[in-house]
Amino acid sequence: MRYMKTLVAAGIFAVATLGIATAANISGAGATFPYPVYAKWADAYKKETGVGLNYQSIGSGGGIKQIQAKTVTFGATDMPLKGEELTKAGLIQFPTVLGGVVPVFNIDGVAAGGLVLDSATLARIFLGEIKSWDDSAIKKLNPETKFPAQAIVVVHRSDGSGTTFIFTDYLAKTNADWKSKVGANTAVEWPVGIGAKGNEGVANNVANTKGAIGYVEYAYAKQNKLAFAKMINKAGSAVAPTAAAFQAAAASADWVGTPGFAIVLTDEVGAASWPIAGATFILIHKQPQDAEAVSETLKFFAWAYSKGDKMAEELDYVPMPDNVVNAIQKAWAAEIKDQSGKAIFAVSN
Amino acid sequence: MSDAALQNSSIALLRGQVLDRLRLRDRIFHFSTVAAALIVLAILAGVIIALFIGAIPALCNFGAGFLVSQRWNPVTENFGALAPIYGTLVTSLIAMVIAVPFGLLIAVFLTELCPIWLRRPIGIAIELLAGIPSIIYGIWGLFVFAPFLQGTLQPFLIKVFGNVPVLSELFAGPPYGIGILTAGLILAIMVLPFVTSISRDVFEAIPPVLKEAAYGVGATTWEVVRNVVLPYARVGVVGGFMLGLGRALGETMAVTFVIGNAHRISPSLLAPGTTISATIANEFTEAVGDIYTSSLIALGLILFVMTFIVLAAARYMLLRIDRRMG
Repeated sequence: MRYMKTLVAAGIFAVATLGIATAANISGAGATFPYPVYAKWADAYKKETGVGLNYQSIGSGGGIKQIQAKTVTFGATDMPLKGEELTKAGLIQFPTVLGGVVPVFNIDGVAAGGLVLDSATLARIFLGEIKSWDDSAIKKLNPETKFPAQAIVVVHRSDGSGTTFIFTDYLAKTNADWKSKVGANTAVEWPVGIGAKGNEGVANNVANTKGAIGYVEYAYAKQNKLAFAKMINKAGSAVAPTAAAFQAAAASADWVGTPGFAIVLTDEVGAASWPIAGATFILIHKQPQDAEAVSETLKFFAWAYSKGDKMAEELDYVPMPDNVVNAIQKAWAAEIKDQSGKAIFAVSN
Repeated sequence: MSDAALQNSSIALLRGQVLDRLRLRDRIFHFSTVAAALIVLAILAGVIIALFIGAIPALCNFGAGFLVSQRWNPVTENFGALAPIYGTLVTSLIAMVIAVPFGLLIAVFLTELCPIWLRRPIGIAIELLAGIPSIIYGIWGLFVFAPFLQGTLQPFLIKVFGNVPVLSELFAGPPYGIGILTAGLILAIMVLPFVTSISRDVFEAIPPVLKEAAYGVGATTWEVVRNVVLPYARVGVVGGFMLGLGRALGETMAVTFVIGNAHRISPSLLAPGTTISATIANEFTEAVGDIYTSSLIALGLILFVMTFIVLAAARYMLLRIDRRMG
C-alpha cells in the first residue's frame, strides 16, 4: 500500500506541475528546436524593453494544440501547417529562423566530408536497400574514397521531431519509393535502424557504432564536430552543410507566393543550396481576442528580425533573408486585425 | 446539600462541554482522514476516465485490431500496440528473471548470514539504489553500460549461441549495444532494491523459534532457507516480485535511452524494440492529429490496466501473508 500511495502521489505532482503557468507579458508554446534562440532573444528584449516572454518548449504538436485552444498568444511549430489548415483555424503563419539537417556517419577510414551522397542513395540506405558501405552506388559517388565492407547501421530519431520531418520530407520529395513506403512526418514508420532520443542520442549511437549513419541538426553537428556527409543538390553539385548553403536555399525559395510561408527548404534549386534545410514557424490568430498581447508579440518578432540576427548566428541558426522578412511584415499588416477590423501591426517601423 | 447538588450539576455541565468539544474535534479529524482518502480514489477514477475518453477515438477506429497489429505508422495514421506490448513484457520478464534470484540471495545473506555490523551498510546501499532517479540510469546505460555490453557480453552471446538452434535466433544480429536485452538488464538493476527489501522484511518476520528449531535438529543454513524460510515467506516474497514487476512495466526514461526505440518485434533479444512507456515519452510531444494522440493515450490505458492487475495481485498476496502471520 505504501508503494501504491507513493506512485499515486508522484502522479498527482506530475499533473500539478504541468498546469503551472508563469505570468508574463507574451506567452507562447511549441517547438523545441528554436527554443535556445527564442530564449536568448527574450532575454535581450526584456533588458531593452522590460517586456518578458514566457515560451514553453513543449513540442510542435503541443504548440499547435495550445494556439488552437487559445491558451497562448502564439504557437510554434517546425512542421508548417498547410494553407487550408491555417484558413480553417483562422491562423497566420510565418518563419523565424532557419536550420539545416546533416547526415553524420562513422565509417572506418573515412573522414568528415569524405563521404558524398545523393538523394537516391540516401533514401535507399534509409530504406534498408543498400546494406553495406562498399555498395556500388556509394562507390560511384565517391570514386576517391576506399570503403570497408562494413554493414550499414541506420540511426534515426525516436522522439517526434522537426528534424525528422525535414529529413523525411527531403527523401519523400526526391524519392518516389520513400514517398509511397514511408512518407514525411515528425515521426515515421522506419523500415530499418535503431531509434535514439534527441540529437545527442543519435550522435552518440553513431559515434559508438561502426558503420552507422544518422542525421542531426546542423547546430548540433557543428558544435560537436561530427563527421558529416556532403550532399549532391538539385543542381547537381556537391555541397557541404554551412550557414551560407542554408541561406542560399532560403533565397531561392518562393516564400511570397506560398500561402502561410509553408515552405520546407528541401531539394531547393541553386548551385550553392544545401538540400536538407527548413525554417521553424510561428502561429498567431488573425483575429485575436486579446489584440494587446498580439501587438506585443509582433513587436517582439519585429525586433528579433531587425536585431536578433547576430544572436541567432551565435547559436548556429540561420536568420531569414531580408526580402522574406519584408514579406512577413506586410502579411502581418494585411491579415492580423483587432475586433474592430483595424490592423494591429503597422509596417514602416 | 443544595450547594453540593449545584456543584455536581455544574461539574456535569463542564464535563459535557469538554466531551462535546473533544467529540467535535474527533469528528473533524475523522472527516479529514476520510476526505484525504477519498481524494485519492477520486483522482484514480479521474485518471481512468480521462485515459478511457482519450483512447476512444483510437479504439473505435482500430477496434480489437489495435491490440494485435504491429503497424505504427504516423504518416498514414495506422497504429497498433503489439510491438510496444511485446517489448514491455519481454524487458520486464528479463528484469525479473535476473533480479529475483539476486534479490533473494541478498535477502537471505542479510537476514541469515551477514555479520551484524555489515547489515546496515548493505541495507542502506540497496535502498539508495532505489533512490537513484531513472534518468541517471538512462544516461549511465547509454554512455557507459551499452558500449560495455557492445564490446563484451553481446559478441560473447552471439558467438557462444551461434550454432545452438533456438538460442541463435534469440541472440542473433549485430551487437548494437542498446536493445531489448540491455533495457532488461537496466530494469533488473532498478527493480533489485524492491525485491530485496521486501524479501528481507518478510524473512525477518519469520518467528525465530521456527528457524532455531530447525538449526536445533541439525539443519544446515541451506536446509533452513530451503525448507523453513522460503516456504514460510513464499507469498510475501511473491508480493515483492509483483511490486518490482509493476515498476519494471512502467519504467520510462531509463528504458527509452537504451532500448533502441524501433516499432518492430524481432526474435533477437539484441535487436532494438520499444515499450509502451517509451513510445509515449518519445512521441507524445510532437503527435499531431486526433488518432495519433488517441493511440498514444490508448497505449497508456493498456499499461494502466497491466500495472493495475500486477499491483492488485501483489496487494492480494501481501494481504494473505499478513493474515497468516497474524
